Amino acid sequence: MREPGESITTPGMIIPDPVNVDALREGAGELRTEEMIINMGPQHPATHGVLRVILRTDGELILDAIPDIGYLHRCAEKIGENVPYTQFVPYTDRMDYLAAMNNNIAYCLAVEKLAGIEAPPRAQYIRVIVAEMNRIASHLVAWGTYGLDLGAFTPFLYAFRERELILDLFEALCGARLTYSYMAIGGVRFDATAAWCDKVREFLDYFEPKIAEYNELLSFNQIFIKRTANVGVIPPDRAIAYGLSGPVLRGSGVKWDLRKDTPDLVYDKMDFDVCVGDGRMGKVGDCWDRYFVRVLEMVQSARIIRQALAQLPAGECRAKVSRAFKPPVGEVYYEIENPRGQLGFYIVSDGQAVPYRLKARGPSFCNVSILREIARDCLLGDIPAIVGSIDVVMGEVDR
Amino acid sequence: MPETVDFIPFVNWPTWLEGLIVMAVVYFAFVSVLAMFFIWWERKVSAHMQSRLGPMRTGLWHGWAQSPADGLKLLGKEDLLPDDADKPLFRLAAYLAFVPAFAALVVLPFSAKFVFVHEMHVSLVFIFGVLSLEIVGVMLAGWASNSKWALYGAIREACQVVSYEIPMGLSLLAPALTVGSLSLAVIGANQGAGLHEWLMFRNPFLFVAFFVFFIASLASCKRAPFDLPECESELVAGFLTEYSGMRWAMFFFAEYTVMYIIGALTAILFLGAWYDPFGIILGMEQAGQSWAAAVAGAGVMVVKGFTIVFVQMWLRWTLPRLRIDQVMYVCVKVFLPASCITLIGSAAWQWLAGGLFQQITQIVLTVLGTAGGLYFVALLARALVKPGQGILPTIITSWHAEPAPAPVAPAAAEEGQANG
Amino acid sequence: MNAPEIIAALTEQFGAGVVSSEAGGTHPHAVIAPEAWPPVAVYLRDEPGLKFDFLRAVSGVDYPAENKLVSVYDLISTVHRHTFAVKVAAPRENPHTPSVSAVWPTADWHEREAFDLLGIVYDGHPELRRILLPEDWQGHPLRKDYAWPKDYNGIPCASLVNP
Repeated sequence: MREPGESITTPGMIIPDPVNVDALREGAGELRTEEMIINMGPQHPATHGVLRVILRTDGELILDAIPDIGYLHRCAEKIGENVPYTQFVPYTDRMDYLAAMNNNIAYCLAVEKLAGIEAPPRAQYIRVIVAEMNRIASHLVAWGTYGLDLGAFTPFLYAFRERELILDLFEALCGARLTYSYMAIGGVRFDATAAWCDKVREFLDYFEPKIAEYNELLSFNQIFIKRTANVGVIPPDRAIAYGLSGPVLRGSGVKWDLRKDTPDLVYDKMDFDVCVGDGRMGKVGDCWDRYFVRVLEMVQSARIIRQALAQLPAGECRAKVSRAFKPPVGEVYYEIENPRGQLGFYIVSDGQAVPYRLKARGPSFCNVSILREIARDCLLGDIPAIVGSIDVVMGEVDR
Repeated sequence: MPETVDFIPFVNWPTWLEGLIVMAVVYFAFVSVLAMFFIWWERKVSAHMQSRLGPMRTGLWHGWAQSPADGLKLLGKEDLLPDDADKPLFRLAAYLAFVPAFAALVVLPFSAKFVFVHEMHVSLVFIFGVLSLEIVGVMLAGWASNSKWALYGAIREACQVVSYEIPMGLSLLAPALTVGSLSLAVIGANQGAGLHEWLMFRNPFLFVAFFVFFIASLASCKRAPFDLPECESELVAGFLTEYSGMRWAMFFFAEYTVMYIIGALTAILFLGAWYDPFGIILGMEQAGQSWAAAVAGAGVMVVKGFTIVFVQMWLRWTLPRLRIDQVMYVCVKVFLPASCITLIGSAAWQWLAGGLFQQITQIVLTVLGTAGGLYFVALLARALVKPGQGILPTIITSWHAEPAPAPVAPAAAEEGQANG
Repeated sequence: MNAPEIIAALTEQFGAGVVSSEAGGTHPHAVIAPEAWPPVAVYLRDEPGLKFDFLRAVSGVDYPAENKLVSVYDLISTVHRHTFAVKVAAPRENPHTPSVSAVWPTADWHEREAFDLLGIVYDGHPELRRILLPEDWQGHPLRKDYAWPKDYNGIPCASLVNP
């Protein structure tokens, strides 16, 4: 028990080493200033949940930004070792809660590969449709909150207006609006009706022209460009070395998308482009590029949904999988392209009904690890811009 | 041109005590209602810009009672003082921020006859000076909170507001210099003859000075895109971080009152004060209907002030925020030289221009300004008439309204199978 | 290159450094001796035919029956689009494994996570401290013999697994 008046500093609390500021600013002389250490988070409006960034600042200048994670750790991997394979699906919903469908798919595909099950074609198409719809929903949140991080409140509500329609469609499909648990091992739980598919088309007809409005409102706003171009530049080689993935990697100009490069489901039958940052407003790999890759990806996702709806075959939507499902002894590492990057599951099976070891590789976990390298020698106002452009979901970072 | 103006103050009581009491009651009520109206209005404006409705329940009509209800709630909230705060200063700061806004309204004329308390011959300087005192309250708030975020907010406020006062003050001198008076009443009384006589259209330098003044005034009353001292995504709430309840509301009252003062000041200095664009009110004054003209003028003045407040809201809900170095860059490298040029330019213009050249310039600038204004009105009108491209699909509502669609039956069978 | 070729290349290059390997199945991998792991990592990353420039994940697995704590490194090449995995085993009582955070910077956080949850000590890691759990947490929860604490700083930890 903590005694009253005892320090609330946790024993291992990180206090960065003091740095000789004089060495940083030659000839500063009497203008030398003192450093201040600020905790940005875990409760802070711009850290997207409970990311804590320890800032060493000199006035408005950031000398060092150390991300500290773990405030949302819910022992997902430990739970994974204690529940049967089928029962872990709802826990994947709660990792990246903005893209629960994609998480479901990643987990189910990993287990299916481990057990040698293949989902029926109709299920694979439905998976592609809902995965891309969820990608749009997730990118909409990223787009809206990025405006919010930079002080523009209005885009956020436009994004939520559109996302609401996707959530309505998901609700009609599986009864849940955020944590779907829609995927089952071997397929999807409920079939998509023809009426539902029509509603999806109706949504796309409405949504596609909206993207041009988004660009007018935010992407090409001069203040927005001034705030994001040339800020937080990640060179492509560093992006790969740090294991970044998703729009953060593609924003650095690396044409790498698992949907194209190691296609799973039916992505090889879809015609779409991999969008990469091209440094249109500043340097390749700056915040604006990462942001704009998401906007472009929404267009591509809409294209994929239209194709998948057109090709949707008839038939079963779920393979027969026994309820007391036990995969053979073995292990698998499987990764798919989530809205935030590569979500991977490493599963070791010892032939029992529960996994021997289950590890999730969250894309946000790797993406946020580069923060310390790129958030150095910038201004305090750049920190929300950089953190927002990485688009972290703390549920996935901390698992 | 009128050199002085006779005013009938709203409050003109024989003894100072009576005057003080009436002033306190009437005046405080006015400021409270004004601020509460603006808060409600801002919520409605932002809501309609964001395809929402905003407050709708409180009160019978469009949530009009939301602000009084919020005020009551804030009054009833616990009076929180941070443990490590400098308590006397923490308490004082809220009042120090509010009083200048309150005081500036004292000499602000509403029309040729109405002013709250007293007309001054140097009311422009008084308002400008008193408004710049608000920063003391904000600085104290940031310092006394003993929070790093609050301190950042306060330092940013000091940095930004003090810097922007220079271009704001210089651009505000240009119309004063053109009229030759520091009295707002006299400046206003010189613009009655019609649109082309509005100070903004008198010469190209004043035309520029209007924009410099408007943007600098946004920065000095901390409105977006210059709301860095309290910007949520960077500084939590800046200097307001540790404030809650009524003390927090005081800062907001101050902010919204200052918004109106800035709007009214812009109208008086550049946009024809309490005169309509066609010289009708001036005609009434000349015909001896001074009271009717004063009442009509007050109405025009309020409309103009509110329009500028609306533009401030419009900008706030449209634009992202600048970064502190960009804010300072705009001030020191753009507005400071621009305001110096406008001041020197209007002085030179006074001395050199005249006759036909002056008239042609006025007409050109009037046409230019009117066209610009109409363009923005048209934009707004388009947004009101045609809300967005494409009508929001009624995905879920029509889903429920439809009779069960035919293909559901086999799917339901499959669902049962899948669940079984 | 497919898995057998990669394993052949590694065996040719490092000989005894490759303890064992599995070319088929759902997770082809090679088990590398701890002392040979850093050079193998550099080789995997830089060899033109391999170019495993993207470290996808580092997963620690506890095998108490075999008295091993295994670090599994999953790799993919953004150049050749092939995948491979490397396992490095360490004894449970003294689990030391060389760090490869200098080879792939992303290993920094992944190795911290494995240290946090399984207690594998990565030698040469620049900043090996807990990442997900609080800094004063006792024990490593993903070990199979982990005993749940009764409380943490006065907060009771009763649960289904710890009634």
